[in-house]
Amino acid sequence: MTAIPANSRLRYKSQLRQSDDERHENTHPLTWRLHDDGARIGLDEYQQKNGYVGAQNALNMDPADVIDAMKTANVRGRGGGGFSAGVKWSLTQVGDNLPRGYVVCNADEMEPGTFKDRLLMEQQPHLLIEGMIIAGHANRSKYGYIFLRGEYVDAARSLALAIEEAREAGLLGGSVAGSGFDFDIALHTGAGRYICGEETALINSLEGKRANPRAKPPFPGQSGAWGKPTVVNNVETLCNAPAVMQHGADWYQGLSGSLSNDGGTKLYGVSGLVQRPGLWELPIGTTGWDILERAGGMREGHTLKTWLPGGGSTGFLLPEHLELALDFDTVGQYGSRLGTGLLTVVSHRQSLIALLRNLEQFFARESCGWCTPCRDGLPWATKLLQAIEHGEGRPGDIELLQEHAKNIGPGLTFCAHAPGAAMPLESAIRHFRADFEAGIAASHNVVGNNTVGNKEVS
Amino acid sequence: MTDSFYDAANAASPIATDGDGFTLHTDDHRAMREVREHYEQPQAACIEALKIVQKRHGWVPDGAIAAIAETLGVGPASVEGVATFYSLIFRQPVGRHVILLCDSSSCFLTGFDALSDALSQRLGIGFGETTADNRFTLLPACCLGACDRGPAMMIGDDTFGPIAPDDLDELLEAYP
Repeated sequence: MTAIPANSRLRYKSQLRQSDDERHENTHPLTWRLHDDGARIGLDEYQQKNGYVGAQNALNMDPADVIDAMKTANVRGRGGGGFSAGVKWSLTQVGDNLPRGYVVCNADEMEPGTFKDRLLMEQQPHLLIEGMIIAGHANRSKYGYIFLRGEYVDAARSLALAIEEAREAGLLGGSVAGSGFDFDIALHTGAGRYICGEETALINSLEGKRANPRAKPPFPGQSGAWGKPTVVNNVETLCNAPAVMQHGADWYQGLSGSLSNDGGTKLYGVSGLVQRPGLWELPIGTTGWDILERAGGMREGHTLKTWLPGGGSTGFLLPEHLELALDFDTVGQYGSRLGTGLLTVVSHRQSLIALLRNLEQFFARESCGWCTPCRDGLPWATKLLQAIEHGEGRPGDIELLQEHAKNIGPGLTFCAHAPGAAMPLESAIRHFRADFEAGIAASHNVVGNNTVGNKEVS
Repeated sequence: MTDSFYDAANAASPIATDGDGFTLHTDDHRAMREVREHYEQPQAACIEALKIVQKRHGWVPDGAIAAIAETLGVGPASVEGVATFYSLIFRQPVGRHVILLCDSSSCFLTGFDALSDALSQRLGIGFGETTADNRFTLLPACCLGACDRGPAMMIGDDTFGPIAPDDLDELLEAYP
């Protein structure tokens, strides 16, 4: 037996594609402290590099002013929803007669094609803790939880150590940094299941239940974990709060300049058959072209057929859409969503139908089974796609798939899981109908062929 | 050795079958009571309690469900409901090393099929199965967040990528 060495090329290591001299405090609030070699930043180094200054500022402010700053900065939910963090915080019920609730960090990064939160937690855990302290103060929360997916073992170690470091330094626990505000954080690691990323399912999972989503209203800000006001924010969203509180909302909003009305920077990424897949911190509103160019373009012999702008639950876009500013409002106008902002590119040599089948199979498997359109619709759609993939589709299948996309769409299911699955399905048919027709035409004359593919839907 | 909760290789006290009976280790009992204090209600410690059992025994035998329920003061049905919902809680024995092979979109686009076929062939098992020598269990996994280096997989606590079929010998060799 030979153990795989720590520096083996086979080992995965989270990595930013921007070197140290490209990243600066005044332009890269999320990543300027990081090292080129990806070494974890401990408390001492973090504090030397202005760490916890934003939290100190926030603790000296009235919570309402912190929320106003977040609203002005226009930090929009980086988990994919794009909802203003400041507005979300303003909806948390607070009052002298109400119990103090919770800040929950959604660190259940499982969206297909997304690998950004991992890097922040592994390499710079204190940025997240600082963001949670700010959120805790703004929402008058008594306690914070980091809901981390179980597979992120390295992030768990990094965060657990950072929480200890922060407690020892008086940054967590009773009277945070001498402010009189009591706040502590526990790391809660999950045990699998994509649905845990849905915020109300996440709350159920945190409570030690099956991760079925909850009916809304009441929204978590009114009644979340154990019936208390609860704020759920993505890792990257919370990691933006310290810079807003350190440099001010106008400064933060200015980072995206004329590119977007959304404020700040975004961790953008590319995966698929490109020369240099990876992750970059760029002003929000950067174009797809710019990002794809940083990734070195497509690999030799491949041209871009289509792309997903931000995960498996976003709609397919065409090469011509690469010129769009990748922000929440712009991408939303083209039948897709910014989602997590990490691009998945598809080569003209790859089968769109096979990829779509893979995506729908994923959503079918990860359905919690709570509501019928999702539980039964997704496996059905997957079987239809399997048939088309194998040239065994039947006339009417495309229309049936379109009907599925409609029936599992927004408002017709209990949560956003199935609507997320509908988006790539609907957009793929809209843009690439011929690909579907090809999988039907091939089998049209085969008599008595009723098979629906050779793979099981689990 | 590690913080693993699903790598049976690190299990301190493997249990082969349900027939062996089950006694909750005193340390585990204490750990569960401690974790319970992190939350408003004891039910919340349920998932961590299952992971504590799994860390020691490699999987969660029937007897552990009742023991956890008793320790936390919750109903056994709700513990079982949770145990069967989550993909990383194992209600049947697994091999010494659990392989989580990412089957999501980015890995699908960068070589999942070839890697999956090679792995199945090399191990002689499909998804959800354990090798006859009890060494590996192969499971599919949701996007492992390693998309910039796909196709990716985990063995125990270790994440690897990109993995070509030719790398498998070197990789598997490291997990006896």
